[in-house]
Amino acid sequence: MAEGVDRVDTLRPDLAVIAAHVPEGARVLDVGCGDGALMAALRDGKRVDARGIEIDPECVERCVARGLSVVQGDADRDLTFYPDGAFDVAILSQTLQTAARPDRMLAELLRVGERAFVSFPNFAYWRMRWALMRRGRMPVTRHLPVSWYETANIHHVTVKDFEALAAGLDIGIENRWFFTADREVGVGGANWRAEYALFEVRRA
Amino acid sequence: MNAHSHTYALPADLPLDSGQALAGVEIAYTTCGELAQDRSNAILICHALTMDQHVASENPVTGKPGWWSHAVGPGKPIDTTRYHVICANVIGSCMGSTGPQSAAPDGEPYGMRFPVITIRDMVRALVALLDGLGIERLHAVVGGSMGGMQALSLAADWPDRAARVLAIATTARHSAQNIAFHEVGRQAIMADPNWREGDYYGANAAPDAGLAVARMAAHITYLSEEGLTEKFGRRLQDRPDGQPGVKGFGFDADFQVESYLRYQGSGFTRRFDANSYLYITRAMDYFDIAEEHGGTLADAYAGSTARFCLVSFDTDWLYPTAESRHLVHALNAAGAPVSFVELSAPFGHDSFLLEVPALDRVVKGFLDG
Repeated sequence: MAEGVDRVDTLRPDLAVIAAHVPEGARVLDVGCGDGALMAALRDGKRVDARGIEIDPECVERCVARGLSVVQGDADRDLTFYPDGAFDVAILSQTLQTAARPDRMLAELLRVGERAFVSFPNFAYWRMRWALMRRGRMPVTRHLPVSWYETANIHHVTVKDFEALAAGLDIGIENRWFFTADREVGVGGANWRAEYALFEVRRA
Repeated sequence: MNAHSHTYALPADLPLDSGQALAGVEIAYTTCGELAQDRSNAILICHALTMDQHVASENPVTGKPGWWSHAVGPGKPIDTTRYHVICANVIGSCMGSTGPQSAAPDGEPYGMRFPVITIRDMVRALVALLDGLGIERLHAVVGGSMGGMQALSLAADWPDRAARVLAIATTARHSAQNIAFHEVGRQAIMADPNWREGDYYGANAAPDAGLAVARMAAHITYLSEEGLTEKFGRRLQDRPDGQPGVKGFGFDADFQVESYLRYQGSGFTRRFDANSYLYITRAMDYFDIAEEHGGTLADAYAGSTARFCLVSFDTDWLYPTAESRHLVHALNAAGAPVSFVELSAPFGHDSFLLEVPALDRVVKGFLDG
């Protein structure tokens, strides 16, 4: 148990918040689970039945080697094969902006999961706005370090965009957290101040 | 490494999917590694079409190392200092388990009187062996190609017998293309005049030419085009006197790839029985787990308590990645815990038998996890 808590502490801040809010023993699907750090923390710290989808074969290999159940696949295509309500919690961390259709992916997340945690980089963060205004070029920042032509982030989104999409899809926002430089920041002025955002959402 | 060879005689007739039953079945198997007191550390490895029970120890017929000796042994991905590894020759084969060359109750070889069997019949015999060994629940059942089919069949029909299911380079059903290639092989055997309707065991010649052609055709399906090109290209075979090869304007094996295939074909006839080839390819062609479970693959795994791991290879066109994905989707629908990864390897279907470091890591991680 102590080991699990330690691992939660070393997770990226948005993942640590998710780990702290996933109920003990829940059935969890981590979409775009990377090397499985969050899944392993949830399994070891909270006895969670965790499943993952990951597109990169080397990441999947590392997940399998740590005893996790992870399927190599494309979330845009493969989420449809999971039954309705198969999971208590679906997690989409820093992946929404890479989806072919983020709106459909969000709907799919809440079809397979009772609720979902969704985190994404906030394109309205002031440094982004400043870089775009000052240089007139797509920003390359600490949190979005890749040029526009090679980035996987094909649908840039802001905090306000996400809130509007949730309202449009009749999705309830239960909780929201904001982060800058890997520290949590307050809710006030988040669309300016937050480098990335985490939302807990539920079918309304 | 040291392995122990055994033979187990089934105490009762073996019921078959065809409705028939097979009497006096014997199963040849090998074991390595200690069985734990509580019998919880057994891993059953299921072999592919032309393999046998000699998974990790020298093959007494060919004198070569076991077919998976790089993966099974002390400190290897399937670590025999931790696990008790069991590998049995499938029924219908010719390496000690009951098959068409075995004696029927009348004392004569079965030949074509041997009943047509299925993959599930092979597994039924393996489960009878586990019963005989007192192994209630395997730590894992593992197999590649036809071995993977057996692992999947065991998980579907005996869901409590294995805690982990590792199926590599395999499929839940034989495709039209798979069946077509097998049919070419069977027709080659049956067109050989020495086949004599399968009744050749007492004769002084076996249908070796037909069996060799069958093996040549199948062997092509085990390799990737990229692998063949790299290994042979259009290079010509050196002459027997060591002179560089030239086109002979005849039908000798001018090309290296021809020479290689002929060598593979003739070598195969020294270790394999033509009738066994007919029966086992037939069993594979009949294989369709969904069909055995009312037409829906997910239903086959609704009662499963096992963890699954599936591995495919990007250059395998015999059982391509799409087949593994099809199975993954069904297991997801059934709610079974499943891992799946497509590994990159240049060797086509045969990659599962060769040294692919990523495969070793996945196998070890899944079995130890």
